[in-house]
Amino acid sequence: MHPAPSVIIFTTLSGLGFGLLFFLGLGQPAVTGFVAFVFYAIAYALAVGGLLASTFHLGHPERAWKAFTQWKSSWLSREGVCAVVALLVMGLYALGAVFMGSHWSLLGWIGALFSLATVFTTSMIYTQLKTIPRWNMELTPAMFLSFSLAGGALLSGAEALAPWLLAIAGAIQLAYWAKGDGAFARSGTTLGTATGLGVRGDVRAFEPPHTGTNYLLREFVHVVGRKHAQKLRMIAFALAFVLPLLLILIPASGVVIKHFLVLLAVASHLAGAMVSRWLFFAQAEHVVGLYYGKR
Amino acid sequence: MTQLPQSTERKMGLVIDLDTCVGCHACVISCKGWNTENYGAPLSDQDAYGGNPSGTFLNRVHSYEVQPADGHAQLIHFPKSCLHCEDAPCVTVCPTGASYKRVEDGIVLVNESDCIGCGLCAWSCPYGARELDMAEGVMKKCTLCVDRIYNENLPEVDRVPSCVRTCPAGARHFGDLGDPDSDVSKLVAERDGMDLMPEMGTKPVNKYLPPRPKDTVEDQIDILAPLLAPVAEEPKGFLGWLDKTLEKI
Repeated sequence: MHPAPSVIIFTTLSGLGFGLLFFLGLGQPAVTGFVAFVFYAIAYALAVGGLLASTFHLGHPERAWKAFTQWKSSWLSREGVCAVVALLVMGLYALGAVFMGSHWSLLGWIGALFSLATVFTTSMIYTQLKTIPRWNMELTPAMFLSFSLAGGALLSGAEALAPWLLAIAGAIQLAYWAKGDGAFARSGTTLGTATGLGVRGDVRAFEPPHTGTNYLLREFVHVVGRKHAQKLRMIAFALAFVLPLLLILIPASGVVIKHFLVLLAVASHLAGAMVSRWLFFAQAEHVVGLYYGKR
Repeated sequence: MTQLPQSTERKMGLVIDLDTCVGCHACVISCKGWNTENYGAPLSDQDAYGGNPSGTFLNRVHSYEVQPADGHAQLIHFPKSCLHCEDAPCVTVCPTGASYKRVEDGIVLVNESDCIGCGLCAWSCPYGARELDMAEGVMKKCTLCVDRIYNENLPEVDRVPSCVRTCPAGARHFGDLGDPDSDVSKLVAERDGMDLMPEMGTKPVNKYLPPRPKDTVEDQIDILAPLLAPVAEEPKGFLGWLDKTLEKI
């Protein structure tokens, strides 16, 4: 799949933002006043910024509001609905924390739930696609959720939880890579089943429909960069999990140093998440490539 | 509405004969012509006369080589367009309701004024039947020439999809695949019509007729063979001398 920057930025930033909102909704940290304002400003900048980035790849962004209508059948529509509900509910909760110094915990719980639901529905947009076997696995939502929770824990300063959530997310990431590598072969789809000619012998793409490229090849057949996949996986894993874990486990005294180390950990985690998400798209192979003798 | 109908009154679709298709691409051209000038946004081209042309097509013809375990390789031309699936994943993923399947004839269409061009329907289609138009920013797909097949302004012979009307080899057939007594259904039954990627669970309406087995030439008595035995005479004269001399060296 073509790794569109808008979609990578959207899924990583909004995943981190909704992860932070999840923890804020649960009252972790139970901040009020100006400190609360800073936390919510960061969370909303990430979540809303990500959502806005996702509209950049639309052919008609001005009609994006219509995407709220088909929640009964479409995961993309459900994502839109969940995101708006989460942002509205958490907005109310934030008003209480920032201006009234109080935590309306029921509202916070509902907001936290919808924040996680937004990340889940985002992941289901990819997971539902049988055409992309590497995405069509239970580990896909697990990976999106674990990234969001680990990033949220880091950003919210949940010192006790963050190392565990990072370790879990790292383990899920490794499992996703391991299982994803064999997914296309396991799906059973080959050029033989794609053309129905496989029962007659070995099928080979002899001549493409056109000498030039087309939308399908640009969108679904992305082979550039796959050759560095193993190196990029190591970079992603080190940046997203190993380095942040080391940074937050360093025994540090003093508020400034501690905040600085957490900031570094968050930056490293976000960079790693972006590399991982780039690979998520770049390594995903769509079955339509088979018709062109490509993967 | 992007929920699929429980069932459709008819299942209009195409039957494509891989035995007959000669790979002339006439269906590709007539499709592009008709659908650029009629229903919906035109099918645009980018850099059409430049070094890297590309454009929107609703129908493309691939060619495949099949090498059986024994015998000669076979070249098979393979036209591919929307299969108007009964369980069309492109319809249910649409967030705006632009993509829909009609109850009356099962045709899968896009309401272009509702399409936001997110591309998710194209992602969900295993057949590559949908292409986002780069000029218009909306999704384009085969409409089964919905503006021809019911069009009473056209002579009756023309009330079939443009590709079917154009095919010079008679490799494309159009009809109701939900009616077991229709000509297309009989053709599918007789020729073992097949689905593409049945493992995807899309239940395509369009069917493909596999190529007929090739004739073999084994066990044939060739009565001319004894008369055509190669004549290998010894060379004479200068060539004979040269042959002998070179043998000795």
